Amino acid sequence: MSDLIIFLVLLGLGYGFGRYAEQRHFRSIIAREKEFRNLPVIAARFPPAKLPPPRTRLVSGSVVVSVDYFKRFLARLRNLIGGRVKSYESLLDRARREAILRMKEEARGLGAEMVFNIKLETASISKGRKRKIGAIEVLAYGTAIIPSAGNGAAVELQQS
Amino acid sequence: MTMLLTNLEIVPGKKIVTHYGLVQGSSVRAKHVGRDLMASLKNIFGGELKGYTELLQESREQALERMVAQAEAIGANAVLNIRFSTSSVAQGAAELFAYGTAVVLE
Repeated sequence: MSDLIIFLVLLGLGYGFGRYAEQRHFRSIIAREKEFRNLPVIAARFPPAKLPPPRTRLVSGSVVVSVDYFKRFLARLRNLIGGRVKSYESLLDRARREAILRMKEEARGLGAEMVFNIKLETASISKGRKRKIGAIEVLAYGTAIIPSAGNGAAVELQQS
Repeated sequence: MTMLLTNLEIVPGKKIVTHYGLVQGSSVRAKHVGRDLMASLKNIFGGELKGYTELLQESREQALERMVAQAEAIGANAVLNIRFSTSSVAQGAAELFAYGTAVVLE
């Protein structure tokens, strides 16, 4: 009986706090994405040859996010019948967006105009443990293009 | 001399003089108990595990440093096409790995 009560309390806590935290996180992600919209992140491997020789710097951003108790329970239920596991989809979505935003923050701090060759890497940490922590790490990295003084790289890109 | 690090395959406006081949650096870290306790709390509520984020960031920086040290030792001045990779080698320990091509730029 006490086991059931603990389980229900954890479920309730997870549902309440997890939902609140996730909604707040998504709001902050959307606001910051708007702020960083003028710093494009491009997945191309080579920068256009038209660019004037800029300075380049490796930038990265990473985040570790955990899923809450309620969603983990939902995912376990979903395991029985199969199909989309929405609770993990949103976890991965916000982790990736957060990692990209952190990378952009670093790039903006260096005065970069765009970030080239972005790579995303996802790792599930503490895999193979008995008491699994459903946490994932996402790392985003790329090369920030910092225009040399005077000539804006973005202007050149638009003209080409 | 500062090492130029990039994950592009070329550096715009610069020519590669010598290729030195692969350089790599890795670092294996385990979490300590305090952080693990916080993590299991966060496990109920969900959200970011700041302790882990910092830990992995630190250890990735160390892997990068080791890679740079290797590149310096063979006389390169830039590392191109850098890749990061993460793998969990044992329970509660993660390996952070960085590798790239060491070159000399003109």
